[in-house]
Amino acid sequence: MADVVVEQGQAVRAARARKQASLRNVLGRKSTVAFFLTLPLILLIALLVLYPAVYSVHLATLNKSMQKFVGFGNFLFLFKRDTFWMVVKQSCIFAVTAVFFKALIGFIVAHFVHNIPAKGQRKWRGMLLVPWVIPPAMSTLAWLWLFDPSYSAFNYTLSFFGIGPINWLGDNVWARFSVILVNIWYGAPFFMIMYLAALKSVPDQLYEAAAIDGANWWQKIWYVTLPMMRNIIAITALFSLIVTFANFDIVRILTSGGPLDQTHIFATWAFKVGIEGSDIPLGASVSLFMVPILAIAAIFILRDVSKRGNEA
Amino acid sequence: MSRKKLTRRQFVAATAMSSAALITAPYVRGAYAAGKLSIGFWDHWVPGANDASTAMVKAWGEKEKVEVSIDYITSNNNKIQLTVAAEAQAKSGHDILQMPTWWPHAYAESLEPVNDVMEPLVKQNGEVNGTVKYLGQAGGKWLAVPAIPGSQIKGPCSRIDLMKKHAGIDVQELYPVGAPAKADNWTLDTFLKAAEACHKGGVPFGIGLGETTDSVDTAGAIFQSFGAELVNAKGDVTVKTDAVRQALEYYKKLIAFLPPDAPSWDDASNNKWLISGRGAMILNPPSAWAVARRDAPQIAEQCWTHGMPSGPKGRFAPYLPYFWGLWSFSKNKEAAKSLLTYLSQPSSIEKFVAASGGYDLPAYANMTTLKTWAEEGPPKGTLYHYPNPNNHQTLSIAASPAPPKIAQQIYFQATLTKMALRYAQGEKMEATLAWAEGECEGFMRS
Repeated sequence: MADVVVEQGQAVRAARARKQASLRNVLGRKSTVAFFLTLPLILLIALLVLYPAVYSVHLATLNKSMQKFVGFGNFLFLFKRDTFWMVVKQSCIFAVTAVFFKALIGFIVAHFVHNIPAKGQRKWRGMLLVPWVIPPAMSTLAWLWLFDPSYSAFNYTLSFFGIGPINWLGDNVWARFSVILVNIWYGAPFFMIMYLAALKSVPDQLYEAAAIDGANWWQKIWYVTLPMMRNIIAITALFSLIVTFANFDIVRILTSGGPLDQTHIFATWAFKVGIEGSDIPLGASVSLFMVPILAIAAIFILRDVSKRGNEA
Repeated sequence: MSRKKLTRRQFVAATAMSSAALITAPYVRGAYAAGKLSIGFWDHWVPGANDASTAMVKAWGEKEKVEVSIDYITSNNNKIQLTVAAEAQAKSGHDILQMPTWWPHAYAESLEPVNDVMEPLVKQNGEVNGTVKYLGQAGGKWLAVPAIPGSQIKGPCSRIDLMKKHAGIDVQELYPVGAPAKADNWTLDTFLKAAEACHKGGVPFGIGLGETTDSVDTAGAIFQSFGAELVNAKGDVTVKTDAVRQALEYYKKLIAFLPPDAPSWDDASNNKWLISGRGAMILNPPSAWAVARRDAPQIAEQCWTHGMPSGPKGRFAPYLPYFWGLWSFSKNKEAAKSLLTYLSQPSSIEKFVAASGGYDLPAYANMTTLKTWAEEGPPKGTLYHYPNPNNHQTLSIAASPAPPKIAQQIYFQATLTKMALRYAQGEKMEATLAWAEGECEGFMRS
């Protein structure tokens, strides 16, 4: 009997020791430590990103007074509105044009900066980043004064050359041009710095080999630089496309969507409908419209990036 | 040292005596015995106006033993509307929140009815105008109390000298200080002729055609002067009517005499237009004049605020009241109602009007002839006719009399100015009307 008790006691102790050891092992694992270290961020994202996202989906399924579930009713309503399709078209024009020119200008400027001797490069990099580091609400106000309907500094300058006055924000075409221009001005430095980083990582030997093979500057760009930068170009373009589609401040400050709704994009129209028109579910539906399209684009682009990564 | 032991009997006796003393003792009122009250006021642009509000609320709080806290919320970039939407969603926030024009109706379900505040106030201060009832009442219930700060009429502010020189109109004679308006000939036709003359003289009227409120308010008043309604009071779409066609024809003629960049104007553009001396008239509350008084005194001395021109269906002035709303989730409704009553007393109204330099307008009929408006200047009496002292014009809001929830959509989508601009830019009348009809049908959703 006594032996049994002793054996039982030993078994319990052994089980407890095993349990403690396994807990220690779990806690000692790198992945567990990493999980606990990232937990605050995960919670923060869940609170500030996930919850609002889920809540906006919930809002988009309610009727105007937010008392009845209508499923996809708000989207079906939007699909019948001409203004909505105009906003879709304008958002696409705005985002695609702005991203294309941001990428192009960023690419060209990155090459210029890359070719500046290392000693003076830092100050150029700093200066060229200025548009991107100024809060856009502030810098767009400065642009508003430059474009001001009645007292435009641009028009004043152009008047010396006998040009103008140009109705920058009051004419449909010029208003679209102005909002896209400011977006390019604001976003191009981001592309520039990303491309510059990518350029610096291209091994010089590749260019030397291309030169030995008799490649001209265009062939070097086409066959060496661009393939080496493909991933960064894809990721930057995707990231910028998402951010540009969601732009609000530039259009809101410059034109508020006018004249005649010709510069409205998703965010500004969602604000107009949701907040100013007190139709929050419809506003939420407008702002969520692009989510599935951008999500599919993101999946394809990122899949290609990871495929190329694996090939490398 | 001896230590006295407390017996059970002694403990019971002491407890009973203490309890009796506490219950029977006279009620001692603490500094904030009546609880707390949180208020969100509109952040007034007139320096010192917020201080006057704070002083009044504090005086009331001390008298009523209520701990008050005030936040001043700007209307810039719709901050106040965003706050209203956020608090209504969260069912938490201020007890009293100041909200502009359409918001009491938009959040009617979340507001505490205030009939018990409004009925005595109307008896005391006089009847409120139709627009205040239209925006502040639903189903016979008062949704909110009309606020004095921020409430405004966006009537003409004319340059005395330029109107005389180019249009041959003496606005001071039409609207004399201390006397009723002599504005029988001040009609939309006269207005159009004056616009043409001033345009020819190089000082066009500064009327915006954008999507912000100033542009919409002017369009609303002109449409109403023709009896043009896009949606009637019953909620029927009434776009394709002769009245709407007449209003559009009139607007097309007027647009030809406005600055070419008017389609991109916002609510600051007309103010700048007047202050810079480039225009003979704008349609705005006296904020532009007040800024000119500081920055361009020679222009301020020539400004005269007066009534709107009359059209075939009457004389309508754009009127935008603010309201003080009391949330249904407020925890101190009695104190809030007491404060709202206090803030609407004639003495308080007089202080609000004086602190804002005459900008703020009370909604009550007996409160439109305060001395501030007669005395403000220069020129002295420039604001006398601002509060519509002789009731010679109907105070209205654009898109009324459509049911407020529909009218709010028409208002914020700027359907009226867009119609005017589309037609003036060469679109066929029927195409413009068809577009507007489609828009209004979209606004009907509930």
